[in-house]
Amino acid sequence: MDWQTVVIPSHPNFMGVVERRVLTSLVDLGFDDAQLFAVRLALEEAVTNAIKHGNKMDPSKKVTIRFKIDSEKVSFEVSDEGEGFDYNAVPDPTDDEHLELPHGRGLLLMRAYADEVTYNEAGNQVRLVMKLDQDRVEEGAL
Amino acid sequence: MDGRKQRLMVEPRGEVTIVTFVDKKILDESNIQDIGDQLFELIEKHYKIDLLLNFENVEYLSSAALGKLITLNKKVKAENGKLKLCCIRPQIYDVFKITKLNKLFEIHDTEERALARF
Repeated sequence: MDWQTVVIPSHPNFMGVVERRVLTSLVDLGFDDAQLFAVRLALEEAVTNAIKHGNKMDPSKKVTIRFKIDSEKVSFEVSDEGEGFDYNAVPDPTDDEHLELPHGRGLLLMRAYADEVTYNEAGNQVRLVMKLDQDRVEEGAL
Repeated sequence: MDGRKQRLMVEPRGEVTIVTFVDKKILDESNIQDIGDQLFELIEKHYKIDLLLNFENVEYLSSAALGKLITLNKKVKAENGKLKLCCIRPQIYDVFKITKLNKLFEIHDTEERALARF
């Protein structure tokens, strides 16, 4: 499969558009619930960060999602039009002193569910790679 | 009616209010605002509420939902109420473990066990 692109306005209401495009492809290929859950969560956290923290919900700015599914992995690239951020400066939300903060867990969840999480230098584009378990795909689906 | 979709099923059981999430995939980014508002309205109506959240229908949640639960927990505690969670599927429980929020929330396997701990 070639890279596919979805461009959405900076509002969480458009999350469903992205998920339908990506997850429908994975369902068609026969991936099981656990893999769909992981992909959905990592993707949602990346897109949410782009909408809220990157573009700060600015309706004039867009979020661009590129994705590619092949036989071994699914790759995403989520870009926003914000100034970027220093992903190394995000505090660890699992520290006792941060445990009750109501935000700051998106990056942790992306790193937990994706095999690779990399940012561009500016910090306004994240690339996620998630390896797919071929044993859990219906035979002949790919 | 205010036209919002009802996201919660609310059932008083003795001194405890049991809230069950209605839809299977409600706790995502696009719906969480409604759910948070409805939960906060509920605890504002009931001073010192003992609240049990039943997750049996929930197949998905993201960090936005975790944030709402943390805020809810603070509001309930501020009024000397109690909040417990139950019936969380393994996939969802993994999210609580990864974020270590299983240390912050009291989580039980069944409604009965949770009710016995209030």
